[in-house]
Amino acid sequence: MASVPFGKIIKYALLIFFAVIFLMPVYVIIVTSLKPLDEVSLESMWALPTSIDFSSYGAAISQLAPNFMNSVYLVVPATLLSALLGAMNGYVLSKWKFKGANTLFTLILFGMFIPYQSILIPMIQFLRTIELYNTIPGLILVHVVYGLPITTLMFRNFYANIPDSMIESAKIDGASFLGVFRHIIIPLSITGFVVVAIWQFTNIWNEFLFAVTVTTSDKQPIMVALQNLSGSQMVEWNVQMAGALIAAMPTLLVYIFLGKYFVRGLLAGSVKG
Amino acid sequence: MAKGTQIKNKRKISKDQWTAICFLIPSLFLILVFVYGFIGWTGYVSLSNYNSLVPDFSFAGLKNYIYLFQDFRFQSDLRNTLFFTIFFIGMVIVMGLGLAILIDQKLKGETIFRNIFLFPMALSFVVTGVVWQWLLNPSTGFNQFLQVFGIQPKWYTDTNILAGFEWGNIEFGLPIAIIAVVIAAVWQMTGFSLAMYLAGLRGIPDELREAARMDGASEFQVYRKVVLPMLLPITMSVVIIMAHISLKIFDLIYAMTGPGANFVTDVPGVYMFETTFRGNYYANGAAIAIIMLLLVAVFIVPYLWSNRKGDR
Repeated sequence: MASVPFGKIIKYALLIFFAVIFLMPVYVIIVTSLKPLDEVSLESMWALPTSIDFSSYGAAISQLAPNFMNSVYLVVPATLLSALLGAMNGYVLSKWKFKGANTLFTLILFGMFIPYQSILIPMIQFLRTIELYNTIPGLILVHVVYGLPITTLMFRNFYANIPDSMIESAKIDGASFLGVFRHIIIPLSITGFVVVAIWQFTNIWNEFLFAVTVTTSDKQPIMVALQNLSGSQMVEWNVQMAGALIAAMPTLLVYIFLGKYFVRGLLAGSVKG
Repeated sequence: MAKGTQIKNKRKISKDQWTAICFLIPSLFLILVFVYGFIGWTGYVSLSNYNSLVPDFSFAGLKNYIYLFQDFRFQSDLRNTLFFTIFFIGMVIVMGLGLAILIDQKLKGETIFRNIFLFPMALSFVVTGVVWQWLLNPSTGFNQFLQVFGIQPKWYTDTNILAGFEWGNIEFGLPIAIIAVVIAAVWQMTGFSLAMYLAGLRGIPDELREAARMDGASEFQVYRKVVLPMLLPITMSVVIIMAHISLKIFDLIYAMTGPGANFVTDVPGVYMFETTFRGNYYANGAAIAIIMLLLVAVFIVPYLWSNRKGDR
């Protein structure tokens, strides 16, 4: 039994070692973002700033603010709409199964795994045709459509946990399809909505491929603007690190305050749950 | 009376069933057009001569595909994807499983540790790319550590290939530069497999492990003989999900390195983007996209099919 504390020490040491490695980038981002440009050099990367300088945040905010707001206008309606449609689909596909429902669900699910490159060319032509190219509503449409498979999957798994007997007895009491939805499913959906909304919020906020191909200049979401910051000739690393922190803040805050639901979404998104 | 309600029920169910289908129709229509229709259209473009700003849908046969497979850049892309996928998935599984087992040891502060390993999941690949580009900058960051040992890696500017051999006009093996991208990707995605494995470990009843210990199994044997086999389905899911992420990866590499010198960090996703939207070679871009889709489908279709059967 004397080996037990020794084993414990090793386990702690390993965990702490990896924790430090995982946190190292965070340290470097924060330290770099607080330095004035002339102190940002490859040699002094790990050093603390001699004095704290917030000017990089000012620069990053003035460059990224419009794009940050684009992302907000994009992510809120897109999240709500795709969650709503996902709830409707999930309800039908878990509680009102018909012949071929599982095959249909599998066909929907396939849309979640496709490389989006394989639909990108026609999609952009389509958006041009309906004059939604280079608009936030166009991006909302795209995210709602390609969010359908995952939101349907998550709600279907979530509703599968509501006992069928509950639905049956409501039906016997005379509740219709919509009645069951309104009086049983919706009230029980709050956790499901939180999980799905967090998942969609995070994904849409972080998405890059659609954002960079569907929008140009002043309509671009935050991730494209962040990428453009580093594409410029003279790389101001302190401004970039401040920009990265600003761009990551909303999803990090969601993770910090709603971590439990974030993880549930993560697991629900893994097909089998 | 009984018969009356039955008839009433029957009619009602069919009406409800009809409403249910109405609920589903908009989504099904969208998926049909935006997923299957658009894939079909991309396939059609990939067989055309549409390689300029002027649409030209005349039939080109497999010309664009043949061009790609003879193209040095695309050959490098396939090599890089192969090695990226192997190392990325391997590392994510080893790190995720190892950390999950450590966290599952009923230690103090496990929530803190879990949160630390999971937080990169909340970040975007673009943020990860920007940050790690700085961290792995040649002659800095981690490289300063390595220089202490006399190693001077150039990471994503390095065009050397490890354990390489020639096949056709392309050198196979692991490009050193892609290791940098693998490090960043593993840092971000380990949280996913960690969460999956932790959920799996929590789902294994303690009695099972206790019984094995009673039978005289060592702690190592308990894991090897009892725990790991039970985690096999989770490993399958992790492999599938990581494989589809890695086969279509674009934003991390685009933000971090781009194609790299001599295309050592180029992948089909980056090539497709540059060909289509920078070069206006739509038919070539569509062909790359279709090849990417086929690569993913090889993994995904059997997986989805087996899951579908499992439903019934």
